[in-house]
Amino acid sequence: MGLFDVFKKKSNDEQNIKDTTNDANENQDVVKEDEVSSDESKLVDIETSDDNDVSQEKFTDGLEKSRTTFGDRLNQLFANFRSVDEEFFEDLEDTLIESDVGFEMAVNLTDQLRDEVKLQNAKSRDEVQNVIIQRMINIYDENGDDENPDIHFASEGPTVILFVGVNGVGKTTTIGKMANMYKNAGKKVLLAAADTFRAGAIQQLDEWAKRDGVDIVKKEEQSDPSAVVYEAVHKAKDENYDILFVDTAGRLQNKVNLMNELAKMKKVLTREIPDAPHEVLLVLDSTTGQNALSQAKLFKETTAVSGIVLTKLDGTAKGGIVLAIRNELHLPVKYVGLGEKVTDLRKFDANDFIYGLFKGLIK
Amino acid sequence: MAFEGLTERLQKAMRNLRGKGKVSEADLRETMREIRLALLEADVNFTVVRNFVKRVQERSRGAEVLEGLNPAQQIVKIVNEELTKTMGEEAVPLNKSDKIPTVIMMAGLQGAGKTTTVGKLALKLQKEENARPLLIAADVYRPAAIDQLETVGKQINVPVFQQGTDVNPVEIVKNGMAKAQEEHNDYVLIDTAGRLQIDEKLMYELKEIKALTNPDEILLVVDAMTGQNAVNTAEGFNEALDITGVVLTKLDGDTRGGAALSIREVTQKPIKFIGQGEKMEALDVFHPDRMASRILGMGDILSLIEKTQNDYDEKQAKQLAEKMQNNTFGFEDFLDQLEQIQKMGPLDEIMKMIPGMANNPALKNVNMDPKDLEHIKAIIYSMTYEERNNPDLLNPSRRRRISRGCGRPIQEVNRMIKQFNQMKDMMNKMSNGNMSGMEQMMGNMGGMPNMPGMPGMGGGIGGKLSEMAMKRMSRKISKKMNKNRRKRNKKR
Repeated sequence: MGLFDVFKKKSNDEQNIKDTTNDANENQDVVKEDEVSSDESKLVDIETSDDNDVSQEKFTDGLEKSRTTFGDRLNQLFANFRSVDEEFFEDLEDTLIESDVGFEMAVNLTDQLRDEVKLQNAKSRDEVQNVIIQRMINIYDENGDDENPDIHFASEGPTVILFVGVNGVGKTTTIGKMANMYKNAGKKVLLAAADTFRAGAIQQLDEWAKRDGVDIVKKEEQSDPSAVVYEAVHKAKDENYDILFVDTAGRLQNKVNLMNELAKMKKVLTREIPDAPHEVLLVLDSTTGQNALSQAKLFKETTAVSGIVLTKLDGTAKGGIVLAIRNELHLPVKYVGLGEKVTDLRKFDANDFIYGLFKGLIK
Repeated sequence: MAFEGLTERLQKAMRNLRGKGKVSEADLRETMREIRLALLEADVNFTVVRNFVKRVQERSRGAEVLEGLNPAQQIVKIVNEELTKTMGEEAVPLNKSDKIPTVIMMAGLQGAGKTTTVGKLALKLQKEENARPLLIAADVYRPAAIDQLETVGKQINVPVFQQGTDVNPVEIVKNGMAKAQEEHNDYVLIDTAGRLQIDEKLMYELKEIKALTNPDEILLVVDAMTGQNAVNTAEGFNEALDITGVVLTKLDGDTRGGAALSIREVTQKPIKFIGQGEKMEALDVFHPDRMASRILGMGDILSLIEKTQNDYDEKQAKQLAEKMQNNTFGFEDFLDQLEQIQKMGPLDEIMKMIPGMANNPALKNVNMDPKDLEHIKAIIYSMTYEERNNPDLLNPSRRRRISRGCGRPIQEVNRMIKQFNQMKDMMNKMSNGNMSGMEQMMGNMGGMPNMPGMPGMGGGIGGKLSEMAMKRMSRKISKKMNKNRRKRNKKR
C-alpha cells in the first residue's frame, strides 16, 4: 500500500466535512474582516486556517507510514551490514534508488560517503548510519533555499495559473480539484480549456466545471489553443475573475513544435497581463522515473515553471521522490494529488515531510 | 528518441575496453559497474539490473574466444544478446480466437494511454487485416472518458459501444459483447478505466470483466517513462489478471525506457506493441532484437526497411529505380520522394534507425526541423514544370526568380540544387551497383540546411559497433530478400 494512504483516509473523513462547512464559513469571515488588505494576504489567511491544525496531524500520520517504508529499507540495509566495503556501497546505492531518491542523488551520496566514511574512520554500524543520514539532510538543506511552497497571487486583477506537463499525468484532474478548492474558499474561478488536441479533453474539463460550479472558456476541438487563452484572459479581466486556470494539452518535452506552441500561449498571457502567468505548475506523475528530470528541465526552459504538482501519490510510489525533486529539480512541490476524488488534493510542506522521514533514523 | 541516453551510457561503459587485447579482471569490474549505472539511470528495476549484470559478468569471464572479435567486441555481443533475452527474444503476435470475435481487454494505471492505444490498435487491425472491430467504452469513472473514445472511434471510423456513465462497467461489457455477436464484429476492444493495482474494488471489476468475456488478450498498458514503480504495477496487474501482454506507450519521448527491460523480466509476459506518437498510426510491433540493437546504438535497419516497404508505393519505387538508372531523375521525382519520407514519420527518428547515427554527436545538436523539408518543397514548387524535369535549365536568372517565388534566400536555392545534383550522381552510381556512394552521401549530408558537417560514420567503438550491425543487418536483409524472391517465384 502507498505511504500516503493514512494521509488520505484521514483527510477524507475529517477534511471533507471541515472543508465544506466550517472552513468555508470561516474563510469567508476572514475575507470579510480583511477586506481592506490586499488579495494576497486574504489568501494566506485562508490557506493557513485551512492547513495548520489539521495538516500537522495529517502529516505526522502520513509520515508514520512513509517513514516506515523509507526507514525500513535503510534499516534492512543496516541489518545486513557487516563491513564497509564495495558491496555495502552497492547495496546502499540500490536501496536509495529503490526508494526513488533519484539516480543522481543516490550515486552522489554514495560517492560522498565513500570519502566521508574513510575520513571519519567510521566502522561500526551506527557510525555509518549517522553519517548517511547527516549527509542526506545536508544535501536536502543545501538545495532547498528560497523555495516558496505557496501559490503566488497577483497583487491586483486575476491570478493566472498555467498547467503544463506530459501526456496523462493528470493536469485536467488537478485543475478540477484545485478549482473546487478555491471556489470553496470564496474565489471567482474561471477555467480555460486550451487542450484542444486530445480527444475528449474539452468535455473532461467541461465536466469538471459543471461539478465545481465554475465558469469555463472553450472552443471547438482542434482550434488554436492560444486563441482560447486569449479569450479566457480577456474574460477574466473584463468580468473580474480572481483566478484563471489554463489547461494545456499534454506534450512530450522533446517535441520542439509543441513546446513552441506552449511558449506562445505563455506569451499571449504575458501580453494581456504583464506579470501573468503568476504560476506555471508542472504536473508530474509520481510514478515517473528519471524522465521527470528531463521534463522539469525542458518545461522550465520554455515556460519558466514555478512549482510542481505531484500526482498519483496514492499508489505504491515511495517517499524518496520528494528528495529527488528537491535535489535535482530545484523546484518546490506545491500540491500533491492523492486520489480521484475532488478533495484528494493537498497542499504540501516539504520540510515537515522530510523531518518526519528522518526523525526516527537519527540516533 | 527513447533510449538515447541509455545508448550513450552503455557506449561509454564499453569505450574503456576499446583496443585492449586482453581484458583484465579490473577492467571487467569497471565496465560492469558502468553498465550497472547506465541501466539504473535508465530506470531499469534494481533487481533486474543486478541479475542482468551478473549474467553478463559471468558470461564475459568465461567468454569463448571467437575469431575475428576482440574482447571488447565480445562483451558488446554478450550485452546485446542478454539485452535481447531480457526483453524477450522475438516479437510475439497478437493472440487470436478461433472463432470471432477476438476479445482484447485493456488494463493499466491512470493516464498510461489505454484509450489512445485502443484507437491505434483498432486502426492497425483495420488497416492490416481489414478487420471490423467494435470498441466498448467501459470507463465510467473519469469525466468525459467515453467522449474521448467516441471521438477516437469517429477519427478512425470504428463503431463505439457505450451506455453512458450510470451503468455498471461489467453490464456495459456484457451488452457490448452481445452487440458484437449481432453485428459479427471480428474484434472487440474493451477500454477500461485507469486504476491502481492496489485498488481492490476496481481490480475486482476487471476480474469480473475477464470472467465474463474470457478475453484472448489482456494488454497491460504502461507508460514508458515509469520509474522503479513499473515492477509493482506490472506485478500487481499480472497477479490479479494474468495478463497476456504489455503495450509500452509514449516511447516517442526522451525516456531511457528502462521499464521495457524490467517488465518482461519480472512478469515473463511479452511486450507486444509500442506507442510512438500522437498520431493514430503510431503503434508498432515490438521487436526485442531490434530494440537491443537500437539501445546499443547499432541502429535498426530492418525496421527502417519495413517502414519503407509499408509506406512506399512499390510501383512508384520501380519507376524511380528506372529513372535513376537512366539518369532522368528530376525534381518532380525528388518531390515524390520527399513526400514519401515525410509520410514515414519525423526525420530525426528515421535517421536514428541508421547504424551509427543514433549516437552521432553531430546529430545530437541538430534540430531536424520538419520545416526544412517544407522549404525544399517550396523551392521546387516555385519551379516551372520544365525546370523540374530538366534541372540543367536552372541558370542564375531562373534561380533568382525561384528564390523570390518561394521566399527563401538564393543561397538556399543554390545549395538545394547542388545537393540535388550530387544526390542524383550518387544514386546513379549506386543503382549501378556501386555501394561506395553510400558513404559519400553521409559526407554530403553535411551541407543540408541547418545541419553541421557530420563526421563520417562516427569513429571509435561506436563506429565499429555500427559496422558490425551494418554487416549483420545486410546479411539479414539479403536473406529476407531471397526469401521473398523465392516466395514470388513459387507463386509464379
